[in-house]
Amino acid sequence: MKFKTFAAFVGPSVFMMLLFIAAPLVSVFIQSFQVTQPILEQVEVETCTPGFLTQTCTTETKTVPVLDENGKTMTETSWVGFQSYRNVLQMDKFWEAVGNGSWNDINQIDFWRALRFTLMFTLLTLPMVLIVGLAIALAVNNAVRSIRGPVIFISLLPFIITPVIGSLSIYWLFVGDGILTRLMEQWSGQNISMFAQAWTIELLMYFFRVWNNAPFAFVIFYAGLQTVNMDTLESAVIDGASRWERLRHVIIPHLMPLIIFIALIHLMDVYRVFEEIVGFRSQAHVISLQWLTYDFMTPDDAGNRAMSRASASAMLTMIGIVFLLILPLRRTWRDHKGSAN
Amino acid sequence: MFLKRIALAGAVSLMGSAAFAACSYENETPIKSLSAGFEAWKAVTDAMAECGNFQAELDQEFRTKQPAAFEANPSLYHIGGVSNGTITPLLNAGTIRPLDDLVAKYGENLSPNQLIRINGQIMAVAMMVNTQHLMYRSDILSDLGIETPTSWDEVYAAADKIKEAGVVDYPLGATMKSGWNLAQEFVNMYPGHGGTFFNDDNTTAVNSEAGLAALGTMQKALAYTDPEVLVSDSTYVQQQFQQGKIAMANLWASRAGAMNDEAESQVVGKVAMASAPKAVADGAPATTLWWDGIVIAKNITDEEADAAFRLAMEGLDAEMVKGANDAAIWLVQGYEPTDIAAGAIATATANPAPPAYPSTTQMGLLHTALGNELPAFLTGERDAAATLVAIEEAYTTSAKEAGVLE
Repeated sequence: MKFKTFAAFVGPSVFMMLLFIAAPLVSVFIQSFQVTQPILEQVEVETCTPGFLTQTCTTETKTVPVLDENGKTMTETSWVGFQSYRNVLQMDKFWEAVGNGSWNDINQIDFWRALRFTLMFTLLTLPMVLIVGLAIALAVNNAVRSIRGPVIFISLLPFIITPVIGSLSIYWLFVGDGILTRLMEQWSGQNISMFAQAWTIELLMYFFRVWNNAPFAFVIFYAGLQTVNMDTLESAVIDGASRWERLRHVIIPHLMPLIIFIALIHLMDVYRVFEEIVGFRSQAHVISLQWLTYDFMTPDDAGNRAMSRASASAMLTMIGIVFLLILPLRRTWRDHKGSAN
Repeated sequence: MFLKRIALAGAVSLMGSAAFAACSYENETPIKSLSAGFEAWKAVTDAMAECGNFQAELDQEFRTKQPAAFEANPSLYHIGGVSNGTITPLLNAGTIRPLDDLVAKYGENLSPNQLIRINGQIMAVAMMVNTQHLMYRSDILSDLGIETPTSWDEVYAAADKIKEAGVVDYPLGATMKSGWNLAQEFVNMYPGHGGTFFNDDNTTAVNSEAGLAALGTMQKALAYTDPEVLVSDSTYVQQQFQQGKIAMANLWASRAGAMNDEAESQVVGKVAMASAPKAVADGAPATTLWWDGIVIAKNITDEEADAAFRLAMEGLDAEMVKGANDAAIWLVQGYEPTDIAAGAIATATANPAPPAYPSTTQMGLLHTALGNELPAFLTGERDAAATLVAIEEAYTTSAKEAGVLE
């Protein structure tokens, strides 16, 4: 392809990526080393609050921001180096907890608590999604042609549901006396509260994520299964290979590039786990890195946002994803080089 | 026959659109408002809509949208619904206008009690008071021969008896959803134990005897509540009441009307309201006082502000209150307190009276720190002393980032 044609094809998407991905990333990177504060002053303020019949007025000293002549809040921005990262990571507390050998103490530091869950969630859902996806794909592939259409449709349904809506549905099914909790209570004969302790919440999260993501793996694997070399399979049958052996030695090696592809997408996707935390209202028990960033950014009633810590936390999340992706990416790179030679 | 029906339907719908004859004038300027979404706001915005050209946005997430929306020029909304907690960012950013002129022009029906003055200027018009107070099943308590509890010790003693009798799923409900709600429980309990939130130098004073006592009182509730209490917000507790699952809760006065809503509630007429329980015998009820009301944006033209305020006064008139008397503890003329207002009035007129929610920049930061650090205490992962230290540290970190502390 001529370079000019190539540039014309790629240009728009490179431009979009620079504008919507690279530029915000640079801005977040810079903000994570800055702190922007309003210029504050102490003033005496008399505030009146209505009681039921009369008002009570109190005069107190309040810290309020200074406004400039246009009525905008005056702010000053200063460079603070790694201070925001230190505030998020809280390394001093972390090492102290490690020194005490106390897992519980480490779990009390927001970042490390979030990291523990995010990592575990990402790494455990990956094999589950791969296995469930492959199982559905094999089942559909071996199903009678007439029922294949409906089966594909039903297997794809969870994928169509927006994750926030999906997680809320699961929450409503299980919270308090939700339909499914009721059923389980009738079954087991004891009072069950799924959202009262961390491990049951996490269990539901794993279930939800696998249910939601497996169809994606299924679609990809199903497409891959259509290209398996029939001659190889048939000769394997003649050689007396069992079903398992055919899967292990013919089908899986054939699907390997797809497995890597799904793993890549899955790692990137699940490391940003967020919907489950909000949908399940699990902040008391389980939080994730993405939720931590969101929490820093959410303004409180007085309008304060911790933008610097939010930026630092976002950068740390990105670094985490890069680390996770190094392994599968290296493999893809090796394969790529191998096939080039 | 069919044609006739259509004609009739048309006539009826015409009457419907002519219903803004109920408004004393016709509003010509398009006006928008953003407020919380509870029952009282619905009544007020419906009354405003009768004048035409009005668009109301009722959103429980209004507190995160309002500061940015009002800072835009022109402001995205003309009228804002605020409480004494959420007016602070608007005041700090100077995005709402003084209302003295407009009150003089249109406010002849307002009582002095409704005018929220900050440094002498009227910055908001209050329409209702709100507070968390004790709501209880009067039938259950009288069946078991329990006096109306006035302190938290009595509440827990009563809860013990109710638990033993086994008449409801859980004796107590609590708005302890981790985050804002749970923090608010502490903000109620802590001054009740005589605590102050801040030292003179803006550092927090929660790490104290009163803090430990407040945590102790909060923790005792867990023995009597739903195990899933850390996900339960006001709406959840309201529904538990309506479905007859709980017998007592320290719940918002604005939720009291829903107890007698026959479409939703199975306990109509059985829920009574009393003053918020005290934390210590001679103290104030362990709660905070709130008001809800309207503000007018600064970044709009004077004509728009005039039209918006006139419209708001139409929404806050005696006629609206007549239609929604039990939706809130109204401050508006024409309100007649009924039984369900008894608890809120008893709380507000108690001597010593509970404090108003102390809304400041620092309090916003502390509220967040409380909401994030308290859950670990209630799940038992951390003891009370360590929790108070964690709250202090979390507040200090964010206060430094916000520039409140050096």
